[in-house]
Amino acid sequence: MVGLVWLLPALPLAGFLLLVFFGRRIGEPRAGWIGTGAVALSFVTACLVFVGLWSEPEHTYELSLFQWIPAGHFNVDIGILLDPLSMAMVLFITGIASLIHLYSIGYMHGDSRFPRFFTYLNLFVFSMLVLVLGNNLVLTFLGWEGVGACSYFLIAFWFEKEENASAGKKAFITNRVGDWGFMIAIFMTFFAFGTVTYTQFLPMAPGLAQTTATFIALMLFVGAIGKSAQIPLFIWLPDAMAGPTPVSALIHAATMVTAGVYLLVRVNPIIAASASWIPWMIAIVGCATAFLAATIALAQQDIKKVLAYSTVSQLGYMFLAIGVGGYSAAIFHMITHAFFKALLFLGAGSVIHGMHDEQDMRRMGALRKIMPVTAVTFIIGWLAIAGVPPFSGFWSKDDILAYALHKSPILYVFGLITALLTAFYMSRLVFRVFYGDARWGESAEGELANLNAHTATDAVESGDHADVYDDGDAHAGHGAAHPHESKWPMLVPLIVLAFFAAIAGVLNLPFTEHLEFLNRWLEPVVGENQAHLSLGGVQLTVELLISTTIALLGIFAAYMVYLKKKVDPRRIELPFFANGWYIDQGITAFMGGIGRKGFELIAMFDKVVIDGAVNGVGRATRGGASRLRAIENGYVRWYALMIGVGAVLIVAFVMTQVSF
Amino acid sequence: MGSNLSLAYLMLSAILFVIGGVGVLIRRNPLVMIMCVELMLNAVNLSFVTFGKMLDDISGQIIVFFVMVVAAAEVVIGLALIVAMARRRPGATADDLRTLRG
Repeated sequence: MVGLVWLLPALPLAGFLLLVFFGRRIGEPRAGWIGTGAVALSFVTACLVFVGLWSEPEHTYELSLFQWIPAGHFNVDIGILLDPLSMAMVLFITGIASLIHLYSIGYMHGDSRFPRFFTYLNLFVFSMLVLVLGNNLVLTFLGWEGVGACSYFLIAFWFEKEENASAGKKAFITNRVGDWGFMIAIFMTFFAFGTVTYTQFLPMAPGLAQTTATFIALMLFVGAIGKSAQIPLFIWLPDAMAGPTPVSALIHAATMVTAGVYLLVRVNPIIAASASWIPWMIAIVGCATAFLAATIALAQQDIKKVLAYSTVSQLGYMFLAIGVGGYSAAIFHMITHAFFKALLFLGAGSVIHGMHDEQDMRRMGALRKIMPVTAVTFIIGWLAIAGVPPFSGFWSKDDILAYALHKSPILYVFGLITALLTAFYMSRLVFRVFYGDARWGESAEGELANLNAHTATDAVESGDHADVYDDGDAHAGHGAAHPHESKWPMLVPLIVLAFFAAIAGVLNLPFTEHLEFLNRWLEPVVGENQAHLSLGGVQLTVELLISTTIALLGIFAAYMVYLKKKVDPRRIELPFFANGWYIDQGITAFMGGIGRKGFELIAMFDKVVIDGAVNGVGRATRGGASRLRAIENGYVRWYALMIGVGAVLIVAFVMTQVSF
Repeated sequence: MGSNLSLAYLMLSAILFVIGGVGVLIRRNPLVMIMCVELMLNAVNLSFVTFGKMLDDISGQIIVFFVMVVAAAEVVIGLALIVAMARRRPGATADDLRTLRG
């Protein structure tokens, strides 16, 4: 059964090809069902392959389909490496992608480009599977670029609006910075090992010179932070929320953004062979990103922006895990995060859909009575991400924190603070959307006016609030602001994901070795370089208690602020956080000022020196030619004379060279 | 055949060649120019035969046949061109073909 592995990417590819050629004729909703079916079949195949993989030695299976680039010593095959790591990735990617495809049938209902949406989604799933299944760096890079391109297409899916189109461009360009690092890493790998196939160069990594390994690891890290939205390249992810919500769930929460984490786990022998500051750097960047993004999430008003910064923050946790040697913990958190974050995004999508494309939390509230299924599933996702036992996020986050404590108490403390912030901002989201007073429809008039009056004194944000107020008027006038629960294609994925978000912790319970299924499953891939924890019963209990306390503390604080209203929220939602630490503005200012001067200088150099050289060659050729043209005067005798003179010269030359 | 006689033939060949060459360069009538080219070819033929005799090598005479065949072909083409040109512009000289220059 394991031989069926090539079907995994082939099925979404077939779906893509079918939709790209006949999508418009197939139309809504059948195009959606074809796309969903292709990915669902891929998931079924993944399950079959998983069963087959058990009987393989070391749970590893390599299949080379054909030679792709044979160029001297440089050989790249289209080949598949199925090992515990890629198997785990494939299972959750295809599983979640199937659910999100199903959800999209409901969410995208009535969109004028319905078939094209599924075309892109299928292409995305295909690229993602190529990324994780490729048996060499070049193939992984192909998938890496594929998902990047799909991400760009889908962020800018509603390109009629200028800001959506520019969000797509921002994502694409920011990713290019990371891709540059990845490419350099591929070149260096080939120079160092003479091959880019994982099973060939990874076993050689321990013998590599430390400087080389450090450089490769550093460049791969640059690639990973681009794709996985870490400091300083995280700026594209919050803007990527311009895309349709299922895209945010699939690409910008569950799968694509975890590609960087996957890459670093894949090359763990190289990280182990590099200088010791590389793991430290990864851990610190991850920790800092987690903290920074969590603070920004505190003050966002757009429901999807909160979730976007939360994703950045959780990805930071995964990088922290990699830096401290907890590779299996990183994958564990990646899987649980995929479940609960996909759930939260889909839930948010359901809310947005039910609220008629309203994303501002200031105009929601008390939705739990109107959207019971969405509310219950969302609350499960909230408890999972906040780290409340026994939901999945608690176990995976605690796993990471245990590894962090093993490496350094400072990382642990920052991890805990971030966990507190996470619990707080997620509770804020839930309380503002599903509890409290209804701030929509006619009944919202007074509330909004009140809100406006409150914040009008706030010079920084008064503009924003005035906008909200105007929109409220318009909506009330149309009488369109009556939320409704979504239809079943959107609710089924929510329920399934909620189930997994609740119980996915059983993958890797820390109590005994026997319960650590994921650890043992990933042993062949990361076993040698994984940090070894020997947690005694007492230490484990204390750590679990601390995490639980922190999570409950965060929820309680949010309860006091947003439901009991003991504290003015504006004392927490600082403009500094709301504006994302002014990082975007800083970049804009730099690019508009010093940066622009620099680029103009370079442009000048290009114009004068580079263009000058090129044009100079052209001018010289033209000038010389116009002079030479005079020889070709059209008189036959002139040509005959030239032939004669030429012949005489050649003969004269031969005579001087030849001695008789 | 003595070397003096051979020398005489070679001299004759050279004189014929120069007459032909000068004719090509200074005459404008295309027909005359072709005749001059023929003269040059035959001058060369004469020298081939002479050298063949001098060196006691039959190749010199064989090459002459090749040259004659090529010359015949060349004359056919040349005369066709001249006829075509004369039809378009009666009395045209070689210099009038200057309009064909690049």
